[in-house]
Amino acid sequence: MKRKIALLLCAAMFAGLFAGCGSKSASSETADKGVVNVYNWGEYIDTSLVDQFEKETGIKVNYKTFESNEQMYSVLKQGGVSYDVIIPSDYMISRLIQEDMLEPLDYTKIPNYSLIQDDLKGMDFDPQNQYSVPYMWGTVGIIYDPTKVGEVDSWGAMFDEKNSGKILMFDNSRDAMGIALKYLGYSLNTTDQTQLAEAAALLEKQKPLLQGYVMDEIFDKMESGEAAIGAYYAGDYLTMHESNPNLKFCIPKEGSNVFVDSMCVLKGAQNKDNAEAFINFMTGTEQSKKNAEFIGYTSPNKEVKDRMDLDELAMSVRYPDAAKLAKCESFINLPQETLDYYDSMWVKLKS
Amino acid sequence: MKKKNTGGMLMTVLMYIFLYAPIIIMIVFSFNDSKSRTIWAGFTLRWYQELFRDDLIMSSLQTTIAVSVLASLISAVVGTYAAIGLFNMKKNWRKPLLTVNNIPVVNADIITGVSLALLFVSAGRLMGFELGFGTLLLAHISFDIPYVILSVMPKLYQLDQNLFEAAQDLGCTWFQTINKVIIPGIMPGIVNGLLIAFTMSLDDFVISYFTAGSSVQTLSMTIYAMTRRRISPKINAISTLIFAVVLLLLLVVNAREARQHKLELKKENTLKGAA
Amino acid sequence: MNEAPTLARDRGGVLSRWQRQAFAWPYMFWMAIFVVVPIALIAVYAFTNAQHQFTIDNFAGMTDYAGVFGRSLWLAFVATVVCLLLGYPVALAISRTDPKTQRILLMLIMLPMWINFLLRTYAWMSILENTGLLNRLFNAIGLISLVNRVGAHVSAGYTPIDHFQLINTGGAVVLGMVYNYLPFMILPIESVIVKIDPFVIEAAQDLGADGHTVFRKVILPLSLSGVISGITMVFVPAVSTFVISKLLSSGTVMLLGDLIEMQFTGAAYNPHLGAAISLIMMFIVVLCMSIMNKFGEGEEQAVVM
Repeated sequence: MKRKIALLLCAAMFAGLFAGCGSKSASSETADKGVVNVYNWGEYIDTSLVDQFEKETGIKVNYKTFESNEQMYSVLKQGGVSYDVIIPSDYMISRLIQEDMLEPLDYTKIPNYSLIQDDLKGMDFDPQNQYSVPYMWGTVGIIYDPTKVGEVDSWGAMFDEKNSGKILMFDNSRDAMGIALKYLGYSLNTTDQTQLAEAAALLEKQKPLLQGYVMDEIFDKMESGEAAIGAYYAGDYLTMHESNPNLKFCIPKEGSNVFVDSMCVLKGAQNKDNAEAFINFMTGTEQSKKNAEFIGYTSPNKEVKDRMDLDELAMSVRYPDAAKLAKCESFINLPQETLDYYDSMWVKLKS
Repeated sequence: MKKKNTGGMLMTVLMYIFLYAPIIIMIVFSFNDSKSRTIWAGFTLRWYQELFRDDLIMSSLQTTIAVSVLASLISAVVGTYAAIGLFNMKKNWRKPLLTVNNIPVVNADIITGVSLALLFVSAGRLMGFELGFGTLLLAHISFDIPYVILSVMPKLYQLDQNLFEAAQDLGCTWFQTINKVIIPGIMPGIVNGLLIAFTMSLDDFVISYFTAGSSVQTLSMTIYAMTRRRISPKINAISTLIFAVVLLLLLVVNAREARQHKLELKKENTLKGAA
Repeated sequence: MNEAPTLARDRGGVLSRWQRQAFAWPYMFWMAIFVVVPIALIAVYAFTNAQHQFTIDNFAGMTDYAGVFGRSLWLAFVATVVCLLLGYPVALAISRTDPKTQRILLMLIMLPMWINFLLRTYAWMSILENTGLLNRLFNAIGLISLVNRVGAHVSAGYTPIDHFQLINTGGAVVLGMVYNYLPFMILPIESVIVKIDPFVIEAAQDLGADGHTVFRKVILPLSLSGVISGITMVFVPAVSTFVISKLLSSGTVMLLGDLIEMQFTGAAYNPHLGAAISLIMMFIVVLCMSIMNKFGEGEEQAVVM
């Protein structure tokens, strides 16, 4: 009798095992409207839009987040994952295009693409408009608490010994190097070995002054007053400001980085139609407005700006004045040799 | 001997405070009426209410429980039979096999995780599958089985070897001997192994992190993603609930075992008395 | 239901040793795939480059990371020593209570393991931060202003502090390790001490040994196997952790685990280098363990608590 029970138990377990697998494959292929696997930056969507999309289309969204372009790239490279929509930044998109990791989009399925600002179409990273639909754009700047570090208008404050122990720095090589290069007066996209080495040395010198290398951890640390100055994306400043009204934001006088994060579809995506439906949905005016208001970044949708009913601060961070913007530079993809230098420099810096 | 206890006992008490301080803080802040981790803003139960409406937390809890239950049960069955087989081997076979068996136990989690990910990704490329619930489960089983074997083995050694012969002399087949004599005899070891395996699966983060892929997420992975920004008090709430359930279970089990223990002692005493 | 035994008895009833061993075959197959092959893969990755060619370049640049190796080994060593110094007396004290108390005390040590370790470590962040609970407590009881007053007395150039630097230090990382792995030290030691035959201790006492001598000559040597498995169980996870350091040092104290994670799913993708570092770490761990095992044979009961 016992043997029978044991057998039954085994059978039940194996049934469970296959049910587990079955439900997974069912959800990824054969369910009513299927699914779409989205891979986005952390804290980078109004989640009610995901619910709304699921409700309207019947497509289930599997939503996962990454912390930086480089980390996303590692996960994709390592393989074994199947994301449909990814939302990297400009320079990473051109790298992915070069390495043939993106699927060309069918723009007839994304009618809302016509709502995108014209100057954000055909940008350097995707000159032919084949692979990407802009999601948000914005600038990088310094978020600081003037009661603790005084007024700030230069990247110099990030390297100032008097702020020692209060500084938060980007935890990814491209953004961190970008700051050092800009402070030194070089281009963000330099491939000049001596300039790069100079910037790397500056970061090395900065390390003992830092409270930490962070990405989204910066929200908590700036909001609670744990840190007093940090470089991060402009839009996120607005979120932090809600919790800690002391905080101010500036785009340093040396100039900064202006970025465009765009939605792309990965090569061989299993749910390409759903992915395009998702991209189209997110590009719609109402959704873009809601999303931009929630996350604080600037929507590329040209109808959004006039419909926003926000205070001056919120608008000035989202739409910085042209003079400041003119000093900002976009990242472009770098040659392999320079990329390798970034990687090894970064590992050495952090170790 | 008793007189030396005070110093050690004091240290023990301090150690328990050390061990439980963060947990108490976690529990207290699950009732905090603000998202702050350090500033108390009044009592609320809203995190407990919101918890059950949070799809991400609920689905990752489901995944965690499904993986832990399946992995520990499968490991208990496979591990028990494997232990019996290993037990019957000659020492010069058993020893190296047990060493291999120990690898996932003593190896660093990160290496186990990374190496399994390499295996799954390369096998997936050949055979056309992706990381997901299946690979997560396989990974958990493969680090759970060694714990079952390690906890069953000593019980096999403790079994009276004459029992096997007696059972067979009485006409039992080997299968009967195993199911009616050996398995009941080593049951405490199996249950212990199952519990250890379940705990290991439930608490695992590192190996899951490398083997789960894009479609599933365990509770630890959800928590890790949250540490990137801020842990939602909802997570404190769910952990408080899990903690309460486990505490309750342990109390029940403990009470039962204590009773059994007492019964056994009584039996022994009466036997001794009879002798 | 009754057919199977009859058939079996007809065949002689008793399985040969060979057949009895067969119960382990499926698992041997399993181990080959899920234990041996993955480690072989690590080795393959470590000795190849992205173009699948054999190379030892991955090891050549390893000196760059000597600092990380040194730091990881040092912090893990400190954490292990602290665990041993804290854990042994506690294990001894627990083993001397009556069985019922002992059961409860052991249960209380295992209980925290049911709360996700990320969450417990995260709670330490709230405690240790510059604006965290401890610093706030120090402020409230006037400890920080006291230190400032003393400091101002001692030297004129003293800059007043508004907090103690607790988090983002090597010390915080060690604390996280000790906190997470202390139970792994206590449990094996306790389980060994408890098994020491009380008659042995009595005999020693009868022969005139005092408490100290009993401990040094009887209990300590007999508990050595527990100590060794405890050390292994603390040192290995401590040297390879990548989350504790991330949470308690904000990425400023990089350990081997962080370095490996960075190469696989982190910010500098290079699985070949990651595999090479993993291989060296494995080598160090095996080396440490074989040295440890020279001192006693704690292997088999190591993990069974």
